[in-house]
This record gives sequence, structure tokens and C-alpha cells, in this order.
Amino acid sequence: MPGNAISRALPWVIVGLLALFPVLDSTFYTQLLTKVLIMAIFAMSLDLLVGYTGLVSFGHAAYFGLAGYALALMGPKYEAASLWWTLPGAIGICVVFALVTGLVVLRTRGIYFIMVTLAFAQMLFFVFHDTKLGGGSDGVYIYAKPTMNLGETVLVTLEKLDQFYWLVLFFTAATYFLLRRILGSSFGRALMGIKVNEHRMRALGFPVFRYQLASFALAGGLAGLAGYLAAVQFGFVNPEILSWHQSGAVLMMVILGGMGTLHGAVIGAFAFVLLQEVLSNQAWFGIAAKHWQLAMGILIMLVALYLPQGLAGLMAKLQRKPPAEAEEGADV
Amino acid sequence: MDLAFILIQLLNGLQYGLLLFLVSSGLTLVFGIMGIINLAHGSFYMVGAYLAWSLASMTGNLATAIAIAIPLTVVLGMALEKLLFRQLYTRDHLYQVLLTYGLILVFEELRSIIWGDDVHGVAVPALLNASIPLTENLSYPVYRLAISGVCLLLAFALYVLIQKTRLGMMIRAGASNRDMVQSLGIDIKLIYTLVFAMGVALAAFAGMINAPLSSVTPNMGSHVLIICFVVVVIGGIGSVKGAMAASLMIGLAETFGQVLVPEVAGMIVYVLMAIVLVWRPEGLFGRK
Amino acid sequence: MSQNDKDVFARRGFLKGTAAIAGATAVGTLLPAAAAVAQQSKLKIGLMLPYTGTFAQLGVAITNGFKLAVDERGGKLAGREIEFVTVDDESNPAKAPENVNKLVQRDKVDVVIGTVHSGVVMGMAKVLKESGTLWINPNGGAGAMTGAMCAPNFFRTSFSNWQTTHALGKVLKAKGHKTAVFITWKYAAGEEMMEGFKEGFEKEGGKLVKELYTPFPQVEFQALLTEIASIKPDAVVAFFAGGGAAKFLKDYQAAGLKGKIPLYGSGFLTDGVLDAVGDAGEGVETTLHYADGLDTKKDKAFRLAYAKTFKLQPDVYAVQGYDAGQLLAAGLDAVKGNVADKAGVIKGMEAAKIDSPRGVWTLSKAHNPVQDMYLRKVVGKENKSQGVAWKALADPARGCKA
Repeated sequence: MPGNAISRALPWVIVGLLALFPVLDSTFYTQLLTKVLIMAIFAMSLDLLVGYTGLVSFGHAAYFGLAGYALALMGPKYEAASLWWTLPGAIGICVVFALVTGLVVLRTRGIYFIMVTLAFAQMLFFVFHDTKLGGGSDGVYIYAKPTMNLGETVLVTLEKLDQFYWLVLFFTAATYFLLRRILGSSFGRALMGIKVNEHRMRALGFPVFRYQLASFALAGGLAGLAGYLAAVQFGFVNPEILSWHQSGAVLMMVILGGMGTLHGAVIGAFAFVLLQEVLSNQAWFGIAAKHWQLAMGILIMLVALYLPQGLAGLMAKLQRKPPAEAEEGADV
Repeated sequence: MDLAFILIQLLNGLQYGLLLFLVSSGLTLVFGIMGIINLAHGSFYMVGAYLAWSLASMTGNLATAIAIAIPLTVVLGMALEKLLFRQLYTRDHLYQVLLTYGLILVFEELRSIIWGDDVHGVAVPALLNASIPLTENLSYPVYRLAISGVCLLLAFALYVLIQKTRLGMMIRAGASNRDMVQSLGIDIKLIYTLVFAMGVALAAFAGMINAPLSSVTPNMGSHVLIICFVVVVIGGIGSVKGAMAASLMIGLAETFGQVLVPEVAGMIVYVLMAIVLVWRPEGLFGRK
Repeated sequence: MSQNDKDVFARRGFLKGTAAIAGATAVGTLLPAAAAVAQQSKLKIGLMLPYTGTFAQLGVAITNGFKLAVDERGGKLAGREIEFVTVDDESNPAKAPENVNKLVQRDKVDVVIGTVHSGVVMGMAKVLKESGTLWINPNGGAGAMTGAMCAPNFFRTSFSNWQTTHALGKVLKAKGHKTAVFITWKYAAGEEMMEGFKEGFEKEGGKLVKELYTPFPQVEFQALLTEIASIKPDAVVAFFAGGGAAKFLKDYQAAGLKGKIPLYGSGFLTDGVLDAVGDAGEGVETTLHYADGLDTKKDKAFRLAYAKTFKLQPDVYAVQGYDAGQLLAAGLDAVKGNVADKAGVIKGMEAAKIDSPRGVWTLSKAHNPVQDMYLRKVVGKENKSQGVAWKALADPARGCKA
């Protein structure tokens, strides 16, 4: 049907429009949008766990922060690091860390899983907070942004706002299409099957644990990608970036957008970051802007109570008459 | 470090552990009986401390402040249960995490609006403001001993309440089978409200009596919250006995860790938790 | 201020500028034409300081001190009108590069003044090293600013963390203490102060038997105090600040250590907390570059003027802000207000002898004050000066190649 063609073309159209953005506007909004896109990658990576694999991780910031620290520690102190190997290196470290922690945390379920993922993130938090490794509680600055060189010529330098924006946009799109492809494959359908009924899948002979571990590692690696980009953007990492507040914020994005839908995670990241900007805008809200977290908190509670399917769910509800199609993914 | 000092550090560790128990006992009860993950539990601790500080500076007396504050926190707990938490009993944990995460933000900002962002000290009550000499150069503050005593007393009271009273029996039954209890004509809703309010009051009370020792600071709830979760998970969800064991374990581990292996002190409790979970995924005293 | 007023001020500035040029030409110095243009505009000073959060009061004190120095010069520096641009840095290191960029890129300020938090200072260093904008730091003591990160455009009018504890080694030795324990928060400032003390104490033949740390900004000291009692050192040296300092002093007393093992510290341990601690601070001795009861003419005049203008008692932070104003004035005077001659301003500041309420000080090669460190003793609610503990103490500026 034609609706299908539209929904298939829509992401490409959006990416194309977004690519034009730096031409239209200069620094401030380009910077803001870069942040949004980075958070979208982060949210999609968590959605893979929460929305598709049925694993509610409350420590996802660990991978996000770890990659940031990896960049800060791998690169030379006052010169530009090479994007060629620091990015794959940072992601690689996150994947390995996810595999190792995954071996332990995937033994638990439910509340315990939530708590153990939190515990691992906290452990890492204290590694960076209490030891000198990454400057302790003071954090470390990344004095020069990475570049991508070919021989002597600089192909891409992330100092340039536009170039950085396009790179982030590229990775956001790549993450989206990659995950869509993966979730459409037999592997993805197996994950969703496990989410719905783990025992049945095990009885059917699926190596449940290995599937979950693979999903966990992939999510860790993608969170690492986002964390690396975020560290480049801010030029600074401190233990706060892997605190449980960060894990809570990204979980919020996933649910606000609508979990179990990739575009929902993207919408959630947009909505969350923009809300934060709008609510804390002093020009609009004056003194109240200082207490923007109050409005944010109330909003989060309202979503939890009355909008369990998030914005994507709301949109779908407004669009569609019978909700039959929504069940499709679950029916394996 | 000779024996005397090891004993004193033991005392420090136990005192810290007992206080942890006071905060986490409420959390484990709510967790175990209603199946609710409550991230806002640390905020109750913070509210207690700020109440104690503001009321103490108004009345000039910490004891009076606590006497006024406790009923307030009980009311707060009952209101929260009736208005918010009740809607979450049947929902996925994910939404509980989310709602209570939002609640933390609300509490922090309300605190900022009502009490400001400054750090405050609370004076130790004059009656208990003394120290007992232990060695030639070290004394132990009487106040620390006093709050340990209070914690022990409350722990005992909790034990009696849950194991020996009719109300406790209903609570225990409600935890294992909600429907059965209801069909027996017991008002489970009322029990839930009471248990939740008790949890809030316990956490807030811990914040109150600890205010002279810890100072009253913004975000003070968040460190306590995470440690309490570790206590609950190590001890086994819903087990008051487990909470006591885990609290003391963590109190000792943190105290000795700080002195013996300061480099990794922050991590110790989390490593401990990981080990316990690998060995007994349901916690020390948890039910399978 | 109405549009009209602005015009009047602008014209006055212009007239002053022309007069200066006329004078300069008269003695035979030809200024480049650009200078004449530059002098018509106001001098833009960017204040990047904390105006909210834990350090808000420090930010206000520094701002007041700086403005007092400007007021004393008729509201102008080297004859030029001033325009202030303020940014609240919230003491948040993560926002530091963005905040300082606002001043440098968006507002194009001539000079940046800031800030309190050491972590934010490092973020400023990162940006300002690249842009080359003149920078005067009126507080944050991060060693690297005038060490590994030092640059010709970086100046500090306060202290390096190292300086605040280095003189204590001599003090302890003079009192006959041979062993000491250092206790502080585990973060950069705490560790740098520990290093400063250790070096000074060991040079005097003393032994630092243990370094004790608690995570920043935790205030539970019980286990560490027990550890101190078991080590039984001759003296304890501490660095904490604000609420943490107040709590530490009270706990030290409650643990029975006060009076048994003498307590020393970096001056921040007893600055601004004495009202809150009752008699727990009494007798504690600290070193710092400022003290109560200095009784110099300059200090008295400063205290009086500050109290009159702001209805507040000045503190060490106000002095540092005031000196930032004085240092900038000295630099601008050397080039007659032509801030475009950056090298000239830098030279002027390097050569300056600042007549500060704390006493006269000059700049080291790395642009950190070479200053007297006072030994102070808590008497009642005051940090009474006990005389100079170290005359003209200079930071070693390790790693500074500029």
C-alpha cells in the first residue's frame, strides 16, 4: 500500500532535510541539533535492549561514559587524536566491557537485572571518580578535537562545527538503518520472541543467552559511539556522564518517544533535549527557568502514568484505526 | 593499627551500618510487599534532614523538631501512596522506575525552592553533646552511640511488628498472596498505605537523626538511595533480616575500605554486590 | 541607562582619548592610527564567575573587589570607559568551554576575569590558550594554569594551591613537630595542597606519615579521624572548605583530638566558617596570603572603603578581585589604554608592583603572585595574623615552558 512506501521513504527525506541544516543556521542551533542527534543514537541503543530484547538496563550510561573516557585517555593530551583508530577503539572497549558485564548481569531477571546493571555502572563511576585514571572527580578536558587524516591531508576535522554535525548525522542515520535491518532479520525476530516468552524460545531450541548477550554487546557498542561523539562535542568528560542520572535520562527518552519503535527513540531524544532547552530558557520563563527540573519531573511522571506507549504510541493511535498492526512484531 | 583501634573502627562501621539499615528497611518492605521499585526513597531521607534542620532552627531543639516532623512525613507517605504509587502496583517495573525518577526531580526542585541550595549544619542536642574518652587521644561522640541505640531499638520493634503482631501477619501474607488476603476480607489497600507511610517515615527519620553528623546538603538523597538499593539486593528483596545483615556488611566494608584500601573504597560495595549476586542471585535472605 | 546617557559617555570617552593622543604626540610618541579608533570604544571586560550555587558568595566578593578598584580610578582604567559583560559559570566544569566561548567569540571582550572553581579554570585555560585573550584569574588555584598550561596571556592574582600549604612545613618544624598526617578531599585542589605541604615539610626534615582522602564533597570523617588517633602524629594538616571545613573542625573536636594533636591547615579551612563552628576552631593555625589584623594603612583603607560601598566585610576573595582590577590597571596604564597592544599590556602587568591590602606583591615568570604567606591563628571569630610565615613565596611553576 502507498502508506508503506511513504514510511519507507520518510527517514531518507528527514535525513536529507537535516543535512541542509547547517547551511541555514549558524552555530547555536546546529550545536543543539548535534546534541539531539547524539542523544538519539544513545536512545536507540537502549531501545534495542528495553524495547526489543526486554532487558530494562538502568546502567546504560556506563558505556556512554566509558567511550568518552576512552577518547580522553587514548588521544594525545594537547594535540588532535586520530578519528581513524580512536573511534573504533572506544567502541571496541565498550563492546568488550558489555560482553564481560553481560555474562554476569544476564544471569538475573526483572528487578534484579535493573539493579545489577545499575551496580556495574556505579562501579565504573567510582573507578573514574576515586582513582586518578581520568582526573578523579575533576574530570579531564579533551583539548583538541579528533581529526581524520589521510597521509598529511586533513580530510575531516571535528573542530569545524559543520563537519562534526554531518558526521554525527551520518552516524545517527547509519545507526537507525543498521538497527532496522538487524531487527528485521531472523536475529531480530528471535530477540522479540525472547522478549515475549523466553521459555518458549528456549524450548524451541534458541540459544537465548547468546542472543541476549549479542544484543547487549551491540547496545553497549552503539552507546559507546554516542558517548564518543558527546565527549568530542563537549570537550570534557567527568564521572557525571556515567552517573545513574544519565542512565535515567536516556531511559526517559526511550519511553517518552515510545519504546519498541526506533523512530520513537529518536523522537524521544528530540523531545527530551528540546524540552530541557525550552524549560530552562530564561528569556521565556524568567525565574521559573531556574527550576526547570520541576516541570520536567512532573512531565516524566505524567508520561509514566498516562502515556505508557510514548509519543510514537500516541501518534500511532491518532493515525490508525485498528491497533492490530501494532501486535505484529510480538507475534513470532 | 592495634586491637583497640580495630575495635573502634568496628564500632564506626556498625554505627554506619545501623543507620543504613534504618533507611533501607523501609525500601525493602515496599519493594518486597508491594513489588515497587522506589527511586524516590532517597528523597524521603533528604526531606527528613531538611525538615529537621528547618524545624530545629525554628524551635531551637532537634528533639522537638523530630517530634513535629515525623507525623508530617507519615502524612506525606500516605498521600503519595494514595495519589501516585497505588496506580503502579500492577504496572511494569519500567514505569515505576520512570515515575519515581520524575519524583526525585520534583523533590529536589521543591527542596531548592523551599529551602534553597545551601549546605547547613545541625547542632548536636546539648544533652548528647559529649564524648567518651576511649584511648589517650581519641574519644567517641555520645551522639553516635545514641543513634546506634535508637536504630537497634527500631530494628527490634520492626521485628516484633512483622513477626509477632496480627498486622505483621497480614503484611507478610499480603506480600506472598495479595488475592488470598483480600478474599479473607482484609483491607489490603489500607495495609499498603500503612506500609508505604512507614517506609517513608523510617527513611525520613534516618535523615533527621543523621543530620547533625552528615550535614544537610542538596542531593544528599542520591548517594544514600543507591547504597540502599545495594543493601536491599544483597540482603534479598523484602527481607528485613537480610537488610540488617547487608547493612552491617556494607557499613564495615566501607569503613575498613576507606582506611585500608582508600584507592578502591568507593567500588567495594558494588564488587560485594556483584559477588553475592553471582553466588546467590536472589540475595542472602531472598526467596527464590 | 537611556540612549542619551550612552552617547554622552561615549563622547566623553572619545574626548579623553583624543586628549591622551595629543599628550602622547607632544612627547614624541606616535601611536598607530588603529589605537585612536580603539580608544573611542569602551573597554570590554568579561566577568566569568559563579553567581549561583555553592560558590556564589565568592563570585560576588570578587566582583565587588574588582569594581572597587575601578571605582577608585574614577570608574575608568587608563582613562577608558568600562563595559562589563557577565557570565554565571555555575562552577560547572562541563559548561566552562561553552561559557568562556560566549565571552570570547560572541561578546569579543578585551579581557576575561575568572574564576573560582579549579575545574572551570582548566576549561577556561583550554579556550583562552587558543584565542590568546588576556585573562586574569582572581581565585582558582589549579597549578596547571601557571604550570603545564601556562601562557603569556594568563595571569593570576590569587594563589596556586601549592602556595597555600607550602609554608606550613617551616611552621611545623619551628613548633618542633616531626611527623604529620595530611587529610583532604580526593580531588585536584586537595592533592596539590598535599604536595605543597609535603615538599615544604620534608625539606625541613619532617615526615608526612600518611595522606588521608575522602571523596569530594563527602563530609563523613569518623573512620579517618579514628585512623589519625591510631597513627598519633605530632600534627595534623587539613584542607577542606565551606561546609566541609566547618564539619571537619566540629568532628575533630568531638573525636577528642582537639587539644591532643594540634591542627593546622590551608587558610581556607578556617575562612568564612568561624561563625558556624563555635569554639571548635579556636587555636587552629593556618597559612594564607591574607589575614585579619594586618594593620597596614592599605588594608585599613581597603576594608573601610569596601565596607562603606557594599555594606559587607571584605574577605580574601574580595582582595583577590580588587587586585585583579589593580593589575589590569597597571597593564593598561603602560600602554595608555590601548588594549590592542597586547604585548605592551602583558609587559606592563609583568612589571607591576601591586600595592595590595595583603601587602606588596609582584608576578613570577609564570604570572602567579610572589607573595608573603601569613601564619594565622583562630582567635574568637578572627584569623589573626601571627606574622609572615614565608617571605615572598613563589610557585615553582613546574612544567611551564612559556
